[in-house]
Amino acid sequence: MEELKNKVRELLKAGTVQAVIGYRAGSDEKTARVAFVRQPDEADGLILDPRCTDNLAVYLLKPEVKLLGKLAIVARPTTARTILQLASENQLADGQVIVLGVSADGKAVVELASFEALEKFVGQVPAGLTEEEKVLLAKIEGMSREERWAFWQSEFARCIKCYACRAACPMCYCSRCIVESNQPQWIPVSPHDEGNLEWHLVRAMHLAGRCLNCGFCAKACPMGIPLNLLTQRLAEEAKAAFGAVAGGSATGEYALSMFKADDKEGFIR
Amino acid sequence: MAETRLIRKDALTKLFEKTRQSGRRILAPKAKGEQAFFEEVTSFGEVCLDHVQTRSSAKEAVFPKCEALLRYKFGDKGAVSYDEKPFEPPVTVVFGTRPCDARSLAALRAVFNWDTPDKFYLEREARTTIISVSCTKADSDCFCTSVGGGPGDTAGSDILLTPVSDKEYLAEILTEKGQAIVALAPELFATAGGAQKEPHLAKVAVQFDVNELAKTIPVTFNDEKVWQEQSLACLGCGTCAYVCPTCACFDIQDEANRQGGVRLRCWDSCGFSLFTLHTSGHNPRHVQSQRWRQRVMHKFSYYLERQGMLGCVGCGRCSRACPVDMNLVEHLKELALHGRNG
Amino acid sequence: MENDNKATGAFEPKLVAFVCNWCTYVGADLAGTSRLKYASNVRVIRLPCTGRIDFMLILKAFAQGMDGVIVSGCHPGDCHYTVGNYHARRRWILFRSLLDFAGIDVRRVHFAWVSAAEGAKWADLVNKVSGEVRELGPYKEYQGLAGKGIA
Ligand code: SF4
Ligand code: SF4
Ligand code: SF4
Ligand code: SF4
Repeated sequence: MEELKNKVRELLKAGTVQAVIGYRAGSDEKTARVAFVRQPDEADGLILDPRCTDNLAVYLLKPEVKLLGKLAIVARPTTARTILQLASENQLADGQVIVLGVSADGKAVVELASFEALEKFVGQVPAGLTEEEKVLLAKIEGMSREERWAFWQSEFARCIKCYACRAACPMCYCSRCIVESNQPQWIPVSPHDEGNLEWHLVRAMHLAGRCLNCGFCAKACPMGIPLNLLTQRLAEEAKAAFGAVAGGSATGEYALSMFKADDKEGFIR
Repeated sequence: MAETRLIRKDALTKLFEKTRQSGRRILAPKAKGEQAFFEEVTSFGEVCLDHVQTRSSAKEAVFPKCEALLRYKFGDKGAVSYDEKPFEPPVTVVFGTRPCDARSLAALRAVFNWDTPDKFYLEREARTTIISVSCTKADSDCFCTSVGGGPGDTAGSDILLTPVSDKEYLAEILTEKGQAIVALAPELFATAGGAQKEPHLAKVAVQFDVNELAKTIPVTFNDEKVWQEQSLACLGCGTCAYVCPTCACFDIQDEANRQGGVRLRCWDSCGFSLFTLHTSGHNPRHVQSQRWRQRVMHKFSYYLERQGMLGCVGCGRCSRACPVDMNLVEHLKELALHGRNG
Repeated sequence: MENDNKATGAFEPKLVAFVCNWCTYVGADLAGTSRLKYASNVRVIRLPCTGRIDFMLILKAFAQGMDGVIVSGCHPGDCHYTVGNYHARRRWILFRSLLDFAGIDVRRVHFAWVSAAEGAKWADLVNKVSGEVRELGPYKEYQGLAGKGIA
């Protein structure tokens, strides 16, 4: 922890960056929240513990945050993968942010100034579901089709279309989302059952093969809908079918922007 | 009007039965995961009163997230026929609201009855009975006492229940609607004796002086730095508005195909960048700080000016549900301080 | 939205086929000019390329009351735009697995390669799909969504 604070102080003092995105204590002892550290002495308030799960990469593309100047970001492995994925989609340029990579056990901090360094860093640590999520995913996969339909319908019925899931997702960076396009109106604005189903399927498809499985969308959802399982399911499928895994490289193509002439499937007539 | 009685906790099962038999639908907190949500219940057994506060508010009963205002069908040669069925929303009992939620109805009513009475809202409210349960515990996000309410406040409730022992609730029957519920099973309500509610109520400390706040935040209006700093973390989602029991903004959507269509009213939020986007492309609130300012100013300044009341009841839902832990009280305190220091 | 056979009153599935302009549409046309008999309950919608067949079209078809959907285009290697169908294939692989995971009945969504010369394959495909979906009956689950969740 002292190591991280020192790094942050150094970077700010030297003027290498103007702001560092990290975690600080939140409203209560169970919560951590984002910190935008701009003065070296503010580094004292930084924390790094199991509460710090938000995928801070979402802030890298926020216009107001970009205005702070050159940024450094405290990145757990999943956030680091997100940064690489954003880079591969041309949303971040090499050297644009300094990544303070935190090892999976949360102890070591490494300064990663280039994508190449970042690629080496994330190489060791694949993203994964929490134990609870794994249980739920297995449960859903074990259901009959009718049960799966009923399960998701009862979940989607609670959706209020607040779009917190979209706002929290670092990969949902379109300035005009499809749900806001109304010529034609593909997805109903209304949070009725049909509108909710279409929203969830389109969200998942637009993240297919791009999702880093940080789980921030599900954590953000005020209605407790386990919607990260949809994108997780697609990530598994993309890996099984195409060997594609998001977030491994700054130059890779994503599962749906490329193809192989011999891609295998078992259902086309 | 107010009458005080006692009702045994185990009598609520019976009261629910009678209420259902009378044709009323019951909405009450139901647990799901770590949260509770207002949902339709059929028996008292489904109700969960363990949470300090539900995640979603009970405004769904009077202002649903998606409601039909108008339905029509297309006929031959451009003919359009409207569905002329009278608007008859379900007769509803909302059980297990907290006193802050009951107070929120006044803030909704002030908007929906402002210049043009909104028949949809008003009709739903007329058919809704509120049975609240006083708070015996609160959390750090609760601030009802800072905005004029309290954990045993009766305003807006038709009946207020306060647990006065393991087995009994003190029932304050506050309105005719409340009496109509008692009349369904008068035998369940005993005389109150000397039971007092105050000793059982949660202690909620006053966090800021709301009158001072009302004076200081307009002064802060043009201080962009403050709003920028406060809203840096904000993601611009609709969560705070959608879980808020007093947020009344809505969007009108027409959905039609070649057979006919429906005009819908859905929740909207001032936190969205599209909320104020003009057709021309101009957006008067083009950055998140202006949207955050709108949210705060509306609730704590404009509402007071225009409706003579606050647009916040201190339920704390927005703080609890915000995906990035934007804590309203913290920001309000800071604003009050800022105003004081000029 | 009557999905019943007027004469017998039996259920007749409503199908929509999204086909590419260059192969399957021509193949379907060939089936017609060759006077091949095939089930008449399919409405054909022509799009430039399978790469243009947005997955949303499939959902919209169900929302509009279809009981089954066919998506078809040029065989791999034959795309008029060289690679549109390869991209489409990847998208279908993921989309189909998403549909299945969400509990949507994938027995109602059929993907095929039908070339301009395969009029007989087209006729056979439509007959088969039509028969299979007839067995499944109307897609009540999806059609039941309409109007649900509106107070
Ligand atoms: S955050 Fe949850 S409630 Fe909000 S739009 Fe996403 S899924 Fe729906
Ligand atoms: S979809 Fe959810 S889990 Fe995937 S990257 Fe976005 S926020 Fe993370
Ligand atoms: S304050 Fe929180 S809940 Fe409200 S718009 Fe911002 S991020 Fe969403
Ligand atoms: S602004 Fe927040 S605390 Fe106030 S009533 Fe709305 S949700 Fe509750």
